[in-house]
Amino acid sequence: MLSIARNSLRHTINRMFVARSAHQVEWTFQALEPHISEQIMKLHYTKHHQTYVNGLNAAEEAYAKTPSTKEKIALQSALKFNGGGHINHSLFWKNLSPVNEDGGKLSQGPLKDALERDFGSVDEFKKRFNAATAAIQGSGWGWLGYNPATQKLEIVTTPNQDPLISHAPIIGVDIWEHAFYLQYLNAIWNVINFKEAEHRFLEAAE
Amino acid sequence: MDDQCHPIPHYTLPRLPYAYDALEPYISKEIMELHHLKHHQGYVDALNKIEVELAKPPTFDYYAGRQDPEDLQDRIVLQAAFFFNIGGHVNHSLFWKNLAPHTKDGVNGGGVLREGSLEEAIVQYFGCFDRFKKTFDSATLGIQGSGWGWLVRLNLSTGGLEIVTTVNQDRLLAHFPIIGVDIWEHAYYLQYKNVKAEYLENIWNVINFEEAQMRFDEAKKLYEEGRKKSEAGSGSDV
Repeated sequence: MLSIARNSLRHTINRMFVARSAHQVEWTFQALEPHISEQIMKLHYTKHHQTYVNGLNAAEEAYAKTPSTKEKIALQSALKFNGGGHINHSLFWKNLSPVNEDGGKLSQGPLKDALERDFGSVDEFKKRFNAATAAIQGSGWGWLGYNPATQKLEIVTTPNQDPLISHAPIIGVDIWEHAFYLQYLNAIWNVINFKEAEHRFLEAAE
Repeated sequence: MDDQCHPIPHYTLPRLPYAYDALEPYISKEIMELHHLKHHQGYVDALNKIEVELAKPPTFDYYAGRQDPEDLQDRIVLQAAFFFNIGGHVNHSLFWKNLAPHTKDGVNGGGVLREGSLEEAIVQYFGCFDRFKKTFDSATLGIQGSGWGWLVRLNLSTGGLEIVTTVNQDRLLAHFPIIGVDIWEHAYYLQYKNVKAEYLENIWNVINFEEAQMRFDEAKKLYEEGRKKSEAGSGSDV
């Protein structure tokens, strides 16, 4: 009985790419072409993200089983790395969308206003975002985050798989080489889901 | 802005000691070309730009009586960029040298560690070569992010062989590198995708053990010299 209860708490990948109808399973990986290739999407989702989920489940299971504080401390980095990897990628899939579903389109609204207020213009924001993420020395993530203290939108980076904690994440971009290497220098702005971003912004700004 | 007393340092991309396809099938020509001509060149280009910036004299705020704080902040950022890029340049320069086309006997090429002081030391510290390989691979696979796996020789304290990992482009400072493996995704992704373990399994076929032996001998010499100096000096302390 206990194992059933425990299994129901195991993490699974947010089923973003499961078919809405049975024969649509495969096409969703290619939905972001030509900006992000099907090959990258498949690998990124079924291998990289899945590995974080597996790692997180294993780490949490070990953590729950051990009475030893020392062991628990030793498991912290696995929890952070895999937990962060799972959180970050789950947010990432949601904040991408195909061009024919308004990916890349930022309509008039509170998010656009806030971007113009805090960066001068949307183009200036994209420029600064790209510069900040290009400057990441190693692996990491670039974020547009909402700072609850200053009530402003800010560009933040986190190293490796550290989750964004200091700000409410509005848009996240994976800057690990696996995210773009097979299709060198893709133009991710064409598939950013600004509708989701605005939704997050409105929630955070309350 | 040229300073005639202190010429601005200039860095160049070192040539590969072999052709771009010489490490096939273990490391593809495509990876070697990108890795050398784009990634490593990128570090070199960045370094040269940074050196020009660093050569500029700091701006002084005469009213405040101190260095302009924005300028100071810029320089701190430049320093961080310098360390990152010099690390990238040094690490990759070492890397090309410690790879070599595969051979069956390890003569004038890579893939086989022949008998000698390095082989003895590996057996001494790890039990056997296979155990050393397994330990190296699991340490390198355990890096959470980008970094390098190194077989090192402590040239200061114990003089022993250790496996050390570094993150991003950090360099070894207290250790003498013997063998280094780049585990940044760009080093293998095009060929091995996410299967890091396969990359590590295959790269052993092109590790230049002759170069490793040479480095080991040099490290040993440095260690002995350092030890003699400290023994000679310790009498006069206390």
